[in-house]
Amino acid sequence: MAGASQSLRLNDPLPLDGGGELVDASIAYETYGALNEDRSNVILLCHALTGDQYVASPHPVTGKPGWWERMVGPGKPIDTDRFHVICANVIGSCMGSTGPASEASDGKPYAMRFPVITIRDMVRGLVALLDELGIGQLHAVVGGSMGGMQALSLAANWPERAARVLVIASTSRHSAQNIAFHELGRQAVMADPRWNGGDYYEGEAPDSGLAVARMAAHITYLSEEALTEKFGRNLQDRDAKSFGFDADFQVESYLRYQGSGFTRRFDANSYLYITRAMDYFDLADEHGGKLADAFAGTDARFCLVSFDSDWLYPTSESRHVVRALNAAGAAVSFVELSAPHGHDSFLLDVPALDRVVEGFLT
Amino acid sequence: MSLRPDLLAIAEAIVPHSRVLDIGCGDGALLAHLRDEKQVDARGMEIDGACVERCVAQGLSVVQGDANRDLADYPDKGFDYTVLSQTLQTATRPDQMLDQLLRVGRQAFVSFPNFAHWRTRSALMLGGRMPVTRAIPVSWYETPNIHHVTVKDFRELAEEKNARVEREWFFSGGKPVTRGTNWRAEFAVFQLSRD
Repeated sequence: MAGASQSLRLNDPLPLDGGGELVDASIAYETYGALNEDRSNVILLCHALTGDQYVASPHPVTGKPGWWERMVGPGKPIDTDRFHVICANVIGSCMGSTGPASEASDGKPYAMRFPVITIRDMVRGLVALLDELGIGQLHAVVGGSMGGMQALSLAANWPERAARVLVIASTSRHSAQNIAFHELGRQAVMADPRWNGGDYYEGEAPDSGLAVARMAAHITYLSEEALTEKFGRNLQDRDAKSFGFDADFQVESYLRYQGSGFTRRFDANSYLYITRAMDYFDLADEHGGKLADAFAGTDARFCLVSFDSDWLYPTSESRHVVRALNAAGAAVSFVELSAPHGHDSFLLDVPALDRVVEGFLT
Repeated sequence: MSLRPDLLAIAEAIVPHSRVLDIGCGDGALLAHLRDEKQVDARGMEIDGACVERCVAQGLSVVQGDANRDLADYPDKGFDYTVLSQTLQTATRPDQMLDQLLRVGRQAFVSFPNFAHWRTRSALMLGGRMPVTRAIPVSWYETPNIHHVTVKDFRELAEEKNARVEREWFFSGGKPVTRGTNWRAEFAVFQLSRD
């Protein structure tokens, strides 16, 4: 499926939670399916940390299929025969939206001069995009993982903008463990001598550090069961242990592959900024400390989905949100689905998820 | 889809356009009926994930949860009606469950299999065994029913809890029973309120 690849420069400066504003910000996005006459069939899809706008079309760098190709398309659970799907690259990222690799006003990359952003800032960018496109209320906002944080942030801060809010394998706040893993990744990037204080755009990128960050993060996306089933203690391309530090085990080789593939398509500074935004995310804190107040008076229908093998954003995090939505009197559905793949289950073949997504969006 | 007699009695008693929380809503039959026939703002709670998934796939608002614990998350009088159909006897503390039902809802419907039905009595009295009847069809060692209750017991509990009985229905073999209900009713439905 081919998306309509576009980029839009925002007319107004984008105010930021950390103070200041982002001027001349661009938002890159893809659309799928036709917009109906009264613009009432729009689904905004929010991507995860290392995702992008290429949700159902081939990735321009890797050539791989879109990250949710199995979910988005004609006759699929998010049916592009019915819905106009918009997926935008968040600000701070590196696939066309303004981020640390973009040119600042002096013609040089922002690098670490890029302002620290939050999830709400990302959503501000998405809402600004919708405004420019003349789209009022969304049929639904949908997101998994970091995309789920954006969906919750949109529901809390722009409650009139989405009639339905679908949040998969996500959370309303980053836990100490979540922050700890992100810090590990950031330190790996910054420990790479090529990182050079973020100023590497004219030379070689800190690929070693970023690859390690990706390897650590990737472990958190899987489950012990999934890793054991996929690799066990099997050796890679050899009959005996080498008693050295080559990738003897298949799981090592797999992680190295994941790490190196990632550096081809992702900017190390973007990784720093986006993980920071996730760490700062605490929806209750933005609303006087009480999560229910974030959703007071909402008319939107909510659906939360968790996976029993997800230890990154476990079911208890979704329940925490559901409890707040119940206290706020919101119409909320919640289901914990059984899947062996861990956090990444939301991207993989879980037929029950398809049924829930399709049913909820109808 | 035809509803079970106790659910049908409940559905008929519910005022259109009201707000209903069905606790232990199963596959959502009552919720779907109320939504489609009475334009009710219908919500559900169900412990079984497969059932919840089927409900959500039908577009119903159902939360996977354990009524023993999760009812506490709902605000006071957030609903016009709470419904607890054939679940009271599985509750850890039916008395506390009744309190929650009347806290969360302005009115509460409770339906349960009547342990004083003559089949149950005779199975125990004549057979000397824990009854396995069409109303309570599971062996003692695998039953989810941990607090069997009779019509008389329930009336007493309601009185103790200062709950007013607004209406009551009794069924045997799917047909209404009006007299000798503690002997003759297989199932009972109570509509309760508390000021």
